[in-house]
Amino acid sequence: MEKKIAHFTIDNKECTATTGVSIINAARENGIFIPTLCHYEGVKPAGSCRVCTVKVNKRHLTACTTPVAEGMEIEVDTAELNDLRSSVIELLFTEGNHYCPACEKSGNCELQALAYRFGIMAPRFPYQFNERDVDASHPKIYHDHNRCILCKRCIRIIKDEKDLPAGSQGRSIFAFNQRAKKVKIKLDDRLGKELSDELAQKAMDICPVGSILVKETGFKTPIGQRKFDKEAISLDNSINLKAMKEAHHE
Amino acid sequence: MSKPVIATTSLAGCFGCHMSFLDIDERILDLIELVEFNKSPIDDIKSFTKDCDIGLIEGGCCNTENIHILKEFRKKCKILVSFGECAIMGGLPAMRNDIPVKECLAEAYLSGPSTVNEEGILPNDEELPIILDKVYPCHEIVKMDYHLPGCPPRADLIWEVLHALILDVDIDLPYELIKYD
Ligand code: SF4
Ligand code: SF4
Repeated sequence: MEKKIAHFTIDNKECTATTGVSIINAARENGIFIPTLCHYEGVKPAGSCRVCTVKVNKRHLTACTTPVAEGMEIEVDTAELNDLRSSVIELLFTEGNHYCPACEKSGNCELQALAYRFGIMAPRFPYQFNERDVDASHPKIYHDHNRCILCKRCIRIIKDEKDLPAGSQGRSIFAFNQRAKKVKIKLDDRLGKELSDELAQKAMDICPVGSILVKETGFKTPIGQRKFDKEAISLDNSINLKAMKEAHHE
Repeated sequence: MSKPVIATTSLAGCFGCHMSFLDIDERILDLIELVEFNKSPIDDIKSFTKDCDIGLIEGGCCNTENIHILKEFRKKCKILVSFGECAIMGGLPAMRNDIPVKECLAEAYLSGPSTVNEEGILPNDEELPIILDKVYPCHEIVKMDYHLPGCPPRADLIWEVLHALILDVDIDLPYELIKYD
């Protein structure tokens, strides 16, 4: 079947993309950056962080879960939407415990990078100081639940693919444990034991924040020389760019 | 016309923000041409002797004295600025915020591995300020007019902002100056 091309506008700019691709990717193909924390190229979108919220024909929708269609009028970079995105980011900062000065991910963290991009000097919401713990029981990685934004990237991306029939999806090594306010990421007891060094590193890299960290490698790159220290997060340097390149080579 | 007056203080902070302030290096000579300092560790004036234009607050509020000083600064200063992560969000001292105060005190004064305290006394002299249930960001206690993030805020950020406030001009801060670490 021939692919249908959709014509639509983003912030009044005429754009085209294949009908059915997500708005976030359609925008990317047209050189437009829509910020996101949970979306990751090549895996099923979760729509969990809401940072990519755009307006389509005047209605709020998440750009990662909405397919682009003919005639859409999409708003991305408007004062109203950027304020909404800032408020989501500020909520994440006040809901978790983000002590950036003591965080190994500082400078490479996408949550922080978006806060920089939006020029957030202090959040508008009160800090919750919720009780969260650090789980350092695994030999290769540790989990700092203070920083987890429950984006489910680790669950969706880090899969065990050993001994599986071709074409099947692989089993998630990470999972949500408990519910509601108590929910937290946990490693599968059995699959977690076999976590390879590569997957451990990948888990750290795809986690948008400093919640999954590989042990004994801290502060290899000094503060000041990290990804977002001098350059704002954009189409050219987000984690998704790398993912996109990998996904399209497949 | 008299010079604008600046006051500074360190509440629950480590003095790192003040150190970063000193890192403006020789620009401090320009600064003292432009302003006069009042209550501040920089000139060691202990109490306010007049109303001030700008107050810089390092550190959050971890005890009753911090709150008292912060409120005094709010009364005396026209513009109040949180400088540094601790003033903005409590910072490292706030890492105790999810631990009950009783447990913190017990760990520090009763059961810590290097503690010798046979009578089991917790500090209770009435001269001592009372420790709060948690460490509070300054803007949750009084209205703060500006926030300068960083641990510490970069010297250039402090300089740019002070300079703009003193001269009452708009500024466009470069990306590299606003960092949370
Ligand atoms: S995860 Fe990101 S925002 Fe949170 S403390 Fe670390 S660097 Fe800061
Ligand atoms: S651990 Fe990281 S990748 Fe996993 S849900 Fe939390 S923030 Fe997302």
